[in-house]
Amino acid sequence: MAELNTDSGGDKGGKVRSKKQNSKVDLTAMVDLAFLLITFFMLTTSLSKPQAMSLGLPDKDPKDKTADIKVDENRTMTVLLGDGDKMYFYMGIINSPMAPKGIPYGKDGIRKELLKRKKEVAAYTAAKGRPDQGMIVIIKPGKKSTYKNVVDILDEMAISSIPTYTIVNDFLPEEQKLLEGK
Amino acid sequence: MAKIKMKKKSTSTDMTAMCDVAFLLLTFFILTATAKVPEAMPVDTPASTVQVKLPDSDLATITIGNVDGKDKVFFDLKGKDIRKRTLELMSEKYGVAFSDEDKEKFALMTDFGVPITSLKQIIDMKASDRVKANQPGVPMDSLDNQLKEWIYNARIANNEYNNSIGSKQELQIAIKGDAKEEYPVIKKVMDILQDQHINSFSLVTGLRGKDF
Repeated sequence: MAELNTDSGGDKGGKVRSKKQNSKVDLTAMVDLAFLLITFFMLTTSLSKPQAMSLGLPDKDPKDKTADIKVDENRTMTVLLGDGDKMYFYMGIINSPMAPKGIPYGKDGIRKELLKRKKEVAAYTAAKGRPDQGMIVIIKPGKKSTYKNVVDILDEMAISSIPTYTIVNDFLPEEQKLLEGK
Repeated sequence: MAKIKMKKKSTSTDMTAMCDVAFLLLTFFILTATAKVPEAMPVDTPASTVQVKLPDSDLATITIGNVDGKDKVFFDLKGKDIRKRTLELMSEKYGVAFSDEDKEKFALMTDFGVPITSLKQIIDMKASDRVKANQPGVPMDSLDNQLKEWIYNARIANNEYNNSIGSKQELQIAIKGDAKEEYPVIKKVMDILQDQHINSFSLVTGLRGKDF
C-alpha cells in the first residue's frame, strides 16, 4: 500500500525495466470517511426528532358536570407554581396541618419531597386497607409561571411515578395571596 | 542446514468489501434522511426526561412563542393530502378562495402564523422569506378564533383521509411552547383544545438526563 519507492534509479546503463504498477488502491481513508458520514447521518436522523410528553386533562364540559368527587385529604399534595421559578406545596387542606412551604425544583428539592410523601401516603392507605390508592398531586400553575415550570413539574411526576396528578386552574384566596407575594 | 524462510505477511487488508458496505449504508441514510425545513418561528422547548418520540403522521403542532413581547401562535399539520383538504375546508368557511396552485404549495409548506386572509401572501413567498416575514400569529381570541377552526377542520380532513385508507387514527395534537412562555397563554390554547373535547395531547420537549 503506502510503500516508499526505494528504487534509487542508479543503473542508468541497464535494461529499461517497465515498472510493475501496483493495482491496489489504498481504501483506508475512504472507508474512514464513509463511516464518519454514516455515523453523522444515523445520529442526525434519529436524534433530531423531538420528544413528546403526553398529557391527559379531565373533561371540562359544563353539560356533563358531575358532582365534585371528594378525595381523602391525607392523600393529596397541592403544588403551586409561582413567578421566578418559585414553587410552594402543601399536604391536604391548606394551613391544616401545614402552611404552604417554598421548595426548589430539581432532584434535591421537589423530587425528594415527592418521594418521601409518596411513601407516607402509601403507608397511610395500606394501614387503611386500600393499598391500591396512591398519592394525588394537584398542580396549580399561577399566572406568572412559565411553560418550563409546568413541563418541569409534570416531568417530576413522571420521574417519581405519581399515579394521579392533574392541572387545576382554580385558586383558593389564600393561594392567590401567596402567589402574588402578599 | 535449510534456512527457514519467514513468509512476509502483508499488513494491509483488503478494504474493498468494507468500503462497498460503508457506502451502501451511507447512500441509504442520505436518502432516508429528510431535509430539515426552517420553521417560521423557532422556539426553545423545555427539556424533560420522557423518551417518547413524536409521531410522523396524523399530527398537528401548535407552536407558541413570544416574539418582541407579543405572544404568537403558529399552526402546522403533517401530511400533504390532509393539509390540502384542511385548506379547502377553511377557504369554504371563511370565503377566501385559493387556486389549485396555492393548495399544492400550501401542502408542501410547514408552519404558518397568519390570519387566513393574508395566508395567500405567505404561500406565494419563498421558504426562506417566510421566516423573515414577521408573521403575526394565528388569531385565537374569542371574537376571531381561527386557531379553533384550523384544529377543527384539520381533524375533519384527517378523519376523511384516514377513513379512505381504512385507518381509525385520530389527529393528534402537540403543543410546542417556548420554555419562557407564560402559562396563561398555554392555558388558552389548552382551553381551545378542551372545548373540542381533546383532553389528551402531547407537549413537545427536548431531552435531558434525570440529574438536574
